[in-house]
Amino acid sequence: MADIKERIAKRVAKEIKDGYVLNLGIGLPTLVANYLPEGVDVTVHSENGFLGLGPAPDAGEEDTYLVNAGGQYVTILPGGMFFDSATSFGIIRGKHVDASILGALEVDEKGNLANWIVPGKMVPGMGGAMDLVVGAKRVIIAMTHTAKGSPKILKKCTLPLTAVGVVNEIVTEMGVIEVTSEGLVLTELHPDYTIEQVQAATEAELIISPNLKAMED
Amino acid sequence: MKQKITTASQAVDAIQDGAVIMIGGFLGTGTPENLIDALVKKGVKNLTIIGNDGGLPGRGICKLLEANMVKKLIASHVGMTKIVAEQKNAGTLELELVPQGSLAEKIRAGGFGLGGILTPTGVGTMVADGKETLTVNGVDYLLELPLKADFALIRAFKCDEFGNSIYTKTTRNFNPLMASAAEHVIIGTEEIVKTGDIDPDDVVTPGIFVDYIVGGEKPWQI
Repeated sequence: MADIKERIAKRVAKEIKDGYVLNLGIGLPTLVANYLPEGVDVTVHSENGFLGLGPAPDAGEEDTYLVNAGGQYVTILPGGMFFDSATSFGIIRGKHVDASILGALEVDEKGNLANWIVPGKMVPGMGGAMDLVVGAKRVIIAMTHTAKGSPKILKKCTLPLTAVGVVNEIVTEMGVIEVTSEGLVLTELHPDYTIEQVQAATEAELIISPNLKAMED
Repeated sequence: MKQKITTASQAVDAIQDGAVIMIGGFLGTGTPENLIDALVKKGVKNLTIIGNDGGLPGRGICKLLEANMVKKLIASHVGMTKIVAEQKNAGTLELELVPQGSLAEKIRAGGFGLGGILTPTGVGTMVADGKETLTVNGVDYLLELPLKADFALIRAFKCDEFGNSIYTKTTRNFNPLMASAAEHVIIGTEEIVKTGDIDPDDVVTPGIFVDYIVGGEKPWQI
């Protein structure tokens, strides 16, 4: 599992260009920062109120005034700055964030996203997710391809939506899928899988790119 | 000039059952714990609390939930506090979830005299239920209405005797917005300095918003 998450994070990292402003969701997306290519410097936005999110501090060096949106102790890098929640979400909604990378419960072939509620089971609230996916210039979903074998990439989301038609790209352990007006296009396939296996794990019909590439580890 | 510096118990004395209270903080970071403790001691009931989240167990807004003082919570995220789901399922707590950016703007609108704000966030989702959608230049927006409160409990880092306040690091979050949007604003601060001792260029919250100042907030201990 660790290898799969690492594989997904490494692949997402290749989408990141020098100078990007990024917002990384909690969990797997956070790992993307560890695999940025050489020479790619980014500014990471933390929606609780700052730019310039740095790595976790060493034990004993925690600053209780400085947390990320998950409440974990973090650091701020030179060039960073703090602001209030209206400015923080103005940065998001105002299209000043180049890419938002987050997980999903379901994504469908129209780029609709569901990742905030399982009615009757899990009602944590949307936090900043609805604003992030509507506001970011590019939305990249980084997730395992299925939920213990049950497809998460669907013809139509069944769970309440986070936002309509916002997803640009899906990166899983099986491959890379672009969301287009024609539908979901498989652009990269991991060598561990066949096209048939990826399709079997995906409820939506995949269009196979004529330029299908191998997804690297 | 009115003397604003007081004790926590004096500052929360006017808060009655059924009050609407905004509380600054993000998972407890930036919440004035002394003011919350004084409110718990006073023991009022049926409060409507507006905050980013439910705090953390034993911290911030969660202490009011643990004391069964909250009738309604308006927040963006409550996943770190099981008590919210428990009280909601038991029917003792009403929960209204608002996207975080919309919550910030609704409070800002309340504080700054706007009739509402138009946001693309939530269009086509459950959040849009019962709300007006307006199309401007071909883009759909939800009309989100302003939020106001009877009281705001704000955590500053440093405050002068007039109430001019500054914040530190990620404790700022919703605090400056809420300080504009409540009838009575109480600042809990780590340090109180003489009026004029904070450079006017550095002031974030204007003292004219502030009714009471309570010192003695301490950094959270891990």
